[in-house]
Amino acid sequence: MSQGDHAEAVLAVSALRIAFARQAGPADLAPPAVDLVSFEVERGRVLALVGESGSGKSATAMSILGLLPGSAEVSGSVRLEGRELIGADAAHLRRVRGGRIGTIFQEPMSAFTPAYRIGWQIAEAIRAHDPRRPRGQVRARTLELLASVGLRDPERVARAYPHELSGGQLQRAMIAMAISCDPVVLIADEPTTALDVTVQAGILELLRGLRATRGTAILLITHDMGVVADLADDVVVMRRGTVVETGPVQQIFSAPAHEYTRELLAAVPTLATLQTSQRDAEEEAAPLDETLAAEVRDAVIAYGRRGRGGGVVAVSGASFRIPRGRTFGLVGESGSGKSTLGRAFAGLLPLRSGSIEVAGIDLAAASASRMRALRRSLGYVFQDPASSINPRTLVGDAVTEPLRLHTSASSVERRARAAELLDAVHLPRTTIDRFPHELSGGQRQRVAIARAIALNPTLLIADEPTSALDVSVQARVLELLAELQSELGFACLFISHDLAVVQALADEVGVMRRGEVVEIGPADRVLTSPEHPYTRRLLAAAPVADPVAQSARRELWLALDGEDPEVAA
Amino acid sequence: MNFLRYLSFRLLGIVIVLLIIAVVTFALFYLLPSDPARLACGRPCTDANLEKVREYMGVDQPWFVQLVEFLKGILFGRTFGSTVTVECDAPCFGYSFLRNASVTDLIAERFPATASIALGAAILFLVTGVLGGLIASLRRNSVIDRGIMVFSIAGISTPVYLAGILVILIIGFTLRWLPTSGYVPFEDSPIEWFSHLILPWVAVAIVSAAVYARLTRSEMLEVMSLDYIRTARAKGLSEGRVIARHGLRTALLPVVTVFGLDLGVLLGGAVITERVFAIPGMGSLLIEAVGAVDIQLIVGLTMFAAFLVVTLNLVIDLVYGLLDPRVRMG
Amino acid sequence: MTTTTAVRDDLAVPTRKTGFRTLLGKLARDPWAVASSTTIVVFVLAAVFADQLTGITGNDPYTYHQDLLDAKGQPTGWGGGIGADHWFGVEPLTGRDLFAIVVYGARTSLFIGISATVLSVLIGTIVGITSGYFGGWYDRIVSRGVDVMFGFPTLVFLIALMAIIPADVPRPPFIALVIGLFGWPGISRIVRGQALALRERNFVVASKAMGARSWRIVLGQVLPNVGATIIVVTSIIIPGMIAAEAALSFLGVGVTPPTPSWGRTIGDAVLWVRTSPMYLVFPGAALFLITLAFNLFGDSLRDALDPRTARR
Repeated sequence: MSQGDHAEAVLAVSALRIAFARQAGPADLAPPAVDLVSFEVERGRVLALVGESGSGKSATAMSILGLLPGSAEVSGSVRLEGRELIGADAAHLRRVRGGRIGTIFQEPMSAFTPAYRIGWQIAEAIRAHDPRRPRGQVRARTLELLASVGLRDPERVARAYPHELSGGQLQRAMIAMAISCDPVVLIADEPTTALDVTVQAGILELLRGLRATRGTAILLITHDMGVVADLADDVVVMRRGTVVETGPVQQIFSAPAHEYTRELLAAVPTLATLQTSQRDAEEEAAPLDETLAAEVRDAVIAYGRRGRGGGVVAVSGASFRIPRGRTFGLVGESGSGKSTLGRAFAGLLPLRSGSIEVAGIDLAAASASRMRALRRSLGYVFQDPASSINPRTLVGDAVTEPLRLHTSASSVERRARAAELLDAVHLPRTTIDRFPHELSGGQRQRVAIARAIALNPTLLIADEPTSALDVSVQARVLELLAELQSELGFACLFISHDLAVVQALADEVGVMRRGEVVEIGPADRVLTSPEHPYTRRLLAAAPVADPVAQSARRELWLALDGEDPEVAA
Repeated sequence: MNFLRYLSFRLLGIVIVLLIIAVVTFALFYLLPSDPARLACGRPCTDANLEKVREYMGVDQPWFVQLVEFLKGILFGRTFGSTVTVECDAPCFGYSFLRNASVTDLIAERFPATASIALGAAILFLVTGVLGGLIASLRRNSVIDRGIMVFSIAGISTPVYLAGILVILIIGFTLRWLPTSGYVPFEDSPIEWFSHLILPWVAVAIVSAAVYARLTRSEMLEVMSLDYIRTARAKGLSEGRVIARHGLRTALLPVVTVFGLDLGVLLGGAVITERVFAIPGMGSLLIEAVGAVDIQLIVGLTMFAAFLVVTLNLVIDLVYGLLDPRVRMG
Repeated sequence: MTTTTAVRDDLAVPTRKTGFRTLLGKLARDPWAVASSTTIVVFVLAAVFADQLTGITGNDPYTYHQDLLDAKGQPTGWGGGIGADHWFGVEPLTGRDLFAIVVYGARTSLFIGISATVLSVLIGTIVGITSGYFGGWYDRIVSRGVDVMFGFPTLVFLIALMAIIPADVPRPPFIALVIGLFGWPGISRIVRGQALALRERNFVVASKAMGARSWRIVLGQVLPNVGATIIVVTSIIIPGMIAAEAALSFLGVGVTPPTPSWGRTIGDAVLWVRTSPMYLVFPGAALFLITLAFNLFGDSLRDALDPRTARR
């Protein structure tokens, strides 16, 4: 919203170019990672630098602070309040870092030095720019900062070591540290990527508050269009080191000029508009004539010691059924027990009580041979493409591992099947003799899917299969899953934290929170007019890639959050 | 708080480890076909004499009875023989009949020399090694880094006795600056004590500093690429403070662990160094005991060395807990 | 969801590179790796063909040549009697051919060093991989055991042990056995750590979910991924094993005469260092060179296998 009045550019980047030296030496520069990037960040406004991995957005942010490694060659101009930062002397850069520009990083868990208390680290930042300030004042200021970022017990947080706090608390403390010297610019590098949606919503609200009350200019680096829609005033879209499009947020979302921006937006899975009024519970009876692929009844799973109440209960009493050929989406935040339940489906974790039946076989009661038969009818796809395939095996061998385990297929037959499977997941047949590290993340996930469907499973368990991928890659992997399901007719247990992804794929949805399934129902019902307050809050917290719709959702979230007694990041 | 519980838990662990070591040591030394009594009995050794010596030494008992006696001796002291008795006060690590002295007294006599070598060398190699590794890591791929790394790989490839001989040849014989052998107790003459120890310290340090330089360098390179170093820089700290307070502190954790092991081994007897520089320490004592097949002394020294290593390990773990809040409270 | 061509770069597969050939290529480009592996090969060849090599001058490490010594037992001639017949000169006091002693000493050193390493790596790998992968009470017991081994004053114990073994036990294999038996805890710790991490990796979990048996997972999934570590560790502990044998022999409790051993020769040579320095230089240099070569090769190997360290 360019309100027309004096737009004051605090930070001006122009014709920025960054190139990283290859191993051989400074003479041998790779093609620039960032090329001729220009933008301006204005006081009291949020500029979002958007792009997928490899777009150069983080390198751009780090170059502003002069924090790129020595192998980087930076040229162009970065002016902060009219003063050039590129080539500036070390003392000036140090005054700028933490003094005029505060920074928030992606992983709050690893961004604090583990050996020192939070309070000490914030005090260190204050004293770095004001060494003469008396101890008592520094301490008071630290507590004041911690309170100002919405931490309930500043004293306790100040005394805590990083490993004693949650991700949300740490990110708030990180923001407190970043604003400790009243900077004019705040660089937020993927500030919420590592956090749960409900926590993310709180952090975004906090940043919005800083912009409004302190007039801080914010440079937001993100890959998430929802976050952009929620917070940004202006947007710079980057791709492979260059700016493809710049403009106000409404314009970027409603009338994207560049084709890449359009593709990026199209790839973002959309959540249907949330209905604020509760709908009557309509005919919700699931069609009972369908045969079941899997059913879980009152499953209780606990880690640690057995015995009376021993160990940590991860899942307490989950019940749902998955009909053949349908997809059941299991949604929840980290620690909700959704992945634990997924593992129990694959027989990787024992049930403490209750039962899980897959393809008519009861997991708890199955004999060893029945168990093997059951595992034949299961496919499993994991989150992290980097570790889902053994790095020491060729793709062809990895894909046909189930055949080696469960059939007597000869190596020739296995190779033939591997080629078929690669065709099925739209990978070139030459991939068969590749090692996993030669493939991209999306390709590896395709290989993992190929392996999971190798024996035509009854049930495919997909545990966050796309959350480590870029949106455009994610979109195509989801497409592939849907296509394979309609071809092969397997049932799918789809586990995800991303409501929009679940909505795109699932027929039915179960929402988990702290080991309990709080709500179950058809996907379009649960995700549009939820009944349980937690589901409502979860949905409201998830940002959508549309600034207008998002501001409405935000209002709703604020209203819901206010009524929830246990909001604490 | 929980600290006392943790400490007592660890102490119990130490006792168990030492017990196991004692059992293994005793089993090995007393099951093997050698008879300490025959060696001690002198010539001519009649059967009657031998029997008497056996009983006197307590080696007529099965090995596990001897073990129990030995362990009791550490705690309460023990008495050998029935008519003509030999007293061995607690803590009694056994009694050398060849030397007519309790192992504890022998250790007490030799330990200062060994401790002098160990502590001086440890300070020297820790400081030079860490400093070298730190400089190398900060000037990565520079001429200085390459130089330090070449030195250190040469250092770890040099056996300590070759280093010792080299040091003796160059500084001792050629330059004639320092004495090349022997040991003078600190109480007798601090200056002589110091001058006699310089060469052994340098010899040990050449080899060990290399290990620490490599370790420090690789740890520093690892730590300095972590996220929180970037945070420290981004909040405007000077590079010196980033390195010292945020980088080195974490990088030194594994160094501390290795240091504890090394110091324990050195204190248990710098066998080779003592041999090269003719220093009458615990290592020389062991070699002498081995030469004379003085089983009691050998067993006592082994147990004492184990005791040192294990105790130092505990100390290091406690220090580690101070340095890293994440491992505090076991 | 639209599929477009503009961003379909995730389907292009790069050209094939195999692991082993890449590794060899990397090593061939590293001058330190080339120099160190050449040195190792030379030493191994010398040890294997010791008979032929010393046969050239018709020497062996046992024959005394008193005629080459003066009245004080010093070798006559330059550099301790270096000449066409005795390339490294002769030993003081006995006049034995020093070249033969060094070459046969290589045989002793490498035999003990390599067999002790094989034993250690074998035990360390089996113990480490099983305790890391299976965990539970088995792991707890094994880890305590490893702690005990670390608490052992190994050198002191080895020296003590050497004192009491019967004289008729052949020394070199016994030393290899004992050094090997004491050398595995470090390897086991490293391998255990890796196995522990691998156990949580998705491909291992996936294999389990697919119904693979434990032994198949350990051999097929875990072991290949620990392989690189094991190779690096092997090349790094061989010099340690060689040094351990040399140290024992230096102290006079290792390999017994007349079997040649660098460590023992160095120990003897110390007494002659001012009058016959060459007596010390040749076996000392041999020991230093082979240790250095293995250390350098281990470093290069680690850099080539671990892309993380290679970037450093």
